[in-house]
Amino acid sequence: MQHSMTYIAVEALVKIALLAFIMMTAAAYLVLLERWVAAWVQDRRGPNRVGVPLTKIKLFGLGQPLADGLKFIFKEEFTPKHVDRWLYTLAPLSILAAALASFAVIPMGSSLPPIHIPALGLETDRIELVEAPSLDVGLVYVFALSSMAVYGVILGGWASNNKYSLLGGLRSSAQLIAYEIPLGLGILGVVLASGSLRLETICTDQATSGVWNIVWQPLGFLVFFVAALAESARLPFDLPECEQELIGGYHTEYAGMRLLLYLVAEFLHMVVAAFLIVILYFGGWHLWGLTGSESDPGWGHALARVAVLSLKTLAVIVLVMLVRWSWPRFRFDQLMTLAWKVMLPLGLVNLVLVAVLYEPELGGRMVAEYGAWTRAALGWGVMLAACAVAALTAPLATDNRPRLDWGVR
Amino acid sequence: MQTNDPSITWVEEPRLGLAGKMYLPLIVQGLTTTARHLVSKKVTVSFPEERPQIGNPLIYRGVHRLNKDEQGRVKCVACFLCATACPAHCIDIIGIESPWPDREKYPESFTIDELRCIFCGMCEEACPVDAIELTSLFDLTGRSREEMIFDKEKLLSVYDQTKDAEPTQTAQLAAEAPALPPSSGGAS
Repeated sequence: MQHSMTYIAVEALVKIALLAFIMMTAAAYLVLLERWVAAWVQDRRGPNRVGVPLTKIKLFGLGQPLADGLKFIFKEEFTPKHVDRWLYTLAPLSILAAALASFAVIPMGSSLPPIHIPALGLETDRIELVEAPSLDVGLVYVFALSSMAVYGVILGGWASNNKYSLLGGLRSSAQLIAYEIPLGLGILGVVLASGSLRLETICTDQATSGVWNIVWQPLGFLVFFVAALAESARLPFDLPECEQELIGGYHTEYAGMRLLLYLVAEFLHMVVAAFLIVILYFGGWHLWGLTGSESDPGWGHALARVAVLSLKTLAVIVLVMLVRWSWPRFRFDQLMTLAWKVMLPLGLVNLVLVAVLYEPELGGRMVAEYGAWTRAALGWGVMLAACAVAALTAPLATDNRPRLDWGVR
Repeated sequence: MQTNDPSITWVEEPRLGLAGKMYLPLIVQGLTTTARHLVSKKVTVSFPEERPQIGNPLIYRGVHRLNKDEQGRVKCVACFLCATACPAHCIDIIGIESPWPDREKYPESFTIDELRCIFCGMCEEACPVDAIELTSLFDLTGRSREEMIFDKEKLLSVYDQTKDAEPTQTAQLAAEAPALPPSSGGAS
């Protein structure tokens, strides 16, 4: 069915408005979740007092995001004298815009059946649950936008005209650029296997075969997960704003709403990373026996897919939050060693492995002779071997004391 | 200090095995610990609804009280030992001649500035007649500074409030004395 431009525009606008609203709300509630997880891990109870405003209803503290938001809004919008005013305001805006824009190609499920409500004169096609359904360069688009984040960070650091901010911005740019490469290598295996950069296609591929990519590309997942943590500057890779050395890093000079924009953007980066991890490696909306794998699902399957995808993403986010409380931060040289000497080779190994498995003369014949499980066995075997080799040949320097053999300076 | 100073003892850190170098087993270990704490029993309490357990109320150092004797009179003999011992100078006593035959002086006024007090318990230790003691009341609040300066009446009322839960040291000693075997006190 051919639709008018108006229909397409209205559909896109409705999706954008809904998604922006949902994601901003989700970011606010993720802050609450982060505080809860932090508290629970430390054997505390966490925020549990704020409920419905002006009543005594507590609701386990679910009103906390509202209170946090109000607090930020009523804070003084202070601009220090020494900053570059334009860039100082532009930086947080650009980082938030980039974070929100990267949701355009992320499918939030597969698609909804057509909606017919004669009373309202509403008649739609199948609704694809993604803002830009036919964007073939989906993953490249996400990567382009996630690289834009580095501008927000380094602009903020530069515009603040402050040593700590600048150092935080510099560190951040070095870190983001270094981890772009393992991040890209992590997805190359998946892209090679699916033959497409569209996230919907990657999802559907895993659903139709019923085998998630994690099953036979564990090495790719490992590389991608570590790089995604580093890209969203989550602990143990939060060097851009490590409090002990850099006060607040690039947002030292920020307060009020502009700081809020930075914090929301940081959480959105984490959400994007979680979505990508789920879609690339954990089958997206697919769950055996619950969601089906047909391309035009009915209401039951369509809603189940949305729920499954959301829950999987939430699980990854909780894992990322647990990671925060499990390990200490890397030192900067360790961070770089990990990126260039460990993750980069591991990513290359994964890429070669996938290429070999998809080569008809090698992998194709092997799968035909011994069965599909050999792919998984080979994947896990190669991962263990590669990790062992990486550990033995490029160990992370954990000793940061002055070296005796350097002599006296 | 130079790095090659002979007085420095260099300690080599234990070498990691293959599992440690591969990092992944350690990651699992760390996550297990974190996940265990996630569901373990919480150590904090929801304060106003739920009161925390105080280990031993008899040795807790909270709000002061002025003890009364059996006849309901203030026990204090206005000797100023507590005020002298107080490192924060928060005790102010005006002693006058006692109307009772068993002591020479008694406090006409006895004020403690609870905002200056550091709750060190020196006054309790200094007191020769166990008149001043620290209770286990810890949630000391007030709406003004004046309200936080406790006078004699208020300190005596803290005694009435806490005497059942926390007997005075004299009462404790009296209760414990018969139970002690005679030999155990022989050292003194």
